[in-house]
Amino acid sequence: MRAQFVLSEIGVGLRRNLTMTFAVIVSVGLSLALFGGSLLMSDQVNQMKGYWYDKVNVSIFLCNKSDAESDPNCAKGAVTTEQKDQIKSDLGKMNVVDNVLYESQDQAYKHYKDQFGDSPLASSLTPDQMQQSYRIKLKDPEKYQVIASAFNGRAGVQSVQDQKGILDNLFTLLSYLNWAARGVMFVMLVVALLLIVNTVRVSAFSRRRETGIMRLVGASGFYIQAPFIMEAAVAGLIGGTIACSFLVLGQYFVIDNGVALSEKLQLINFVGWDAVLTKLPLILAASFLMPALAAFFALRKYLKV
Amino acid sequence: MGLSAGFAYGHAHLPPATRGASVIRFDNVSKVYPKQTRPALRDVSLEVERGEFVFLVGSSGSGKSTFLRLVLREERTSHGQVHVLGKDLARLSNWKVPQMRRQLGTVFQDFRLLPNKTVGENVAFAQEVIGKSRGEIRKSVPQVLDLVGLGGKEDRMPGELSGGEQQRVAIARAFVNRPKLLIADEPTGNLDPQTSVGIMKLLDRINRTGTTVVMATHDQNIVDQMRKRVIELEKGILVRDQARGVYGYQH
Repeated sequence: MRAQFVLSEIGVGLRRNLTMTFAVIVSVGLSLALFGGSLLMSDQVNQMKGYWYDKVNVSIFLCNKSDAESDPNCAKGAVTTEQKDQIKSDLGKMNVVDNVLYESQDQAYKHYKDQFGDSPLASSLTPDQMQQSYRIKLKDPEKYQVIASAFNGRAGVQSVQDQKGILDNLFTLLSYLNWAARGVMFVMLVVALLLIVNTVRVSAFSRRRETGIMRLVGASGFYIQAPFIMEAAVAGLIGGTIACSFLVLGQYFVIDNGVALSEKLQLINFVGWDAVLTKLPLILAASFLMPALAAFFALRKYLKV
Repeated sequence: MGLSAGFAYGHAHLPPATRGASVIRFDNVSKVYPKQTRPALRDVSLEVERGEFVFLVGSSGSGKSTFLRLVLREERTSHGQVHVLGKDLARLSNWKVPQMRRQLGTVFQDFRLLPNKTVGENVAFAQEVIGKSRGEIRKSVPQVLDLVGLGGKEDRMPGELSGGEQQRVAIARAFVNRPKLLIADEPTGNLDPQTSVGIMKLLDRINRTGTTVVMATHDQNIVDQMRKRVIELEKGILVRDQARGVYGYQH
């Protein structure tokens, strides 16, 4: 009896306030879609980091003869065999290092030819002018500084270069974008909550006759407030469902099929359905808990028992 | 604690008050509304026993409504204590107030019925909100409607009924949970004299079941005919408390 009674009150309340309900649904839907989007975006950035960091190296470039003249780091002349061996054994002792690859001048020349064979410079280069280098794979790509501080300025080392630095610019940009999305989400969420507070207030005002009578016959505070709170929660839940379908449709039509970014941008491996699906319960929970809480606090002010 | 003050106005010939039996007790109650200097009630002490029928009279602004609002705990006192059904309302926490109100019934001048619910639903409303089962409601609603003389009109809408009938619905709603105390704020204020008599007969019958009735009214004829206890307020001060009283002395 009670459940049925409360449900019918919710239906009446939502219909009575149709335009406001609609506004609440749309703003909750959009803000939570942004919320889910930004969660997926940071998943995406993490996944890309994992993928790319596996492929990047720290390189220690060693001095050659021509560097000895032009580069102050190599003032002592080209690298010697002892220096190379010393570097190699030092690297072997460091526990942040996963493995070390040596690239000779000839190999460097060959790689260069492969990559930039068309360039007019290529024909004038000789293997002599290329640098020998150690290509180091780190266990944790963030630990680049350890290598840099250990080998920068050492005799025979021209420079220590971290390829991760290049990627980091990209990731910084992505994380700025993510923060921007979160900012918009936050503003939308505030708008949604204010709308809910206002809707509940109007709703409580238009039903003050009923609530007054309920008070007189001794209905508990919760019993009087429940329909209003449920109203907000139901509207929020509809909004949350819309947000979820945005995410699902986005994954389906933009990433997998339709625009099919995953085929066109094969360099990026996009987050999969598992990432999307794990966000949905979170969004649904947020979509009815937040409006319910907003309604609860609004009612404390506008519906004294 | 101020008990004796209740006897200072000439109803000492009533049965002596025992704490347990009093339904309403005011001890030196004053009420000043915020931003107002003149108190709405000033040092009022009185006691209403179980089973009594009490008229509360006085001109507009004399403090009758404040008195009733204090009993319903829609307001709190500024000074003094109000006991209703043995409970000190000042010490009653907010969440227990609904529990207290379930033991009271209330009737108003403007009926306060829900226009979009039928007569039966209006009465059932009072039971739904306190969580009575559907079976109980089905049983008690026709019963109480019979009692107020509206048997068979369950499916009518309040708008289709006369003022007197609407007030009977309101009384049925107030009485359906068998309250110990019925508060009536000018229940005949909107009704013609003949209909009013019918309503008063009904309230009298409810009173005879043991329910205490406190009724604020302006209706001189009714008070003079019923010869019940009369409490008169004037500018917030209790000026008369008379058993089997009349509406007022000739001015």
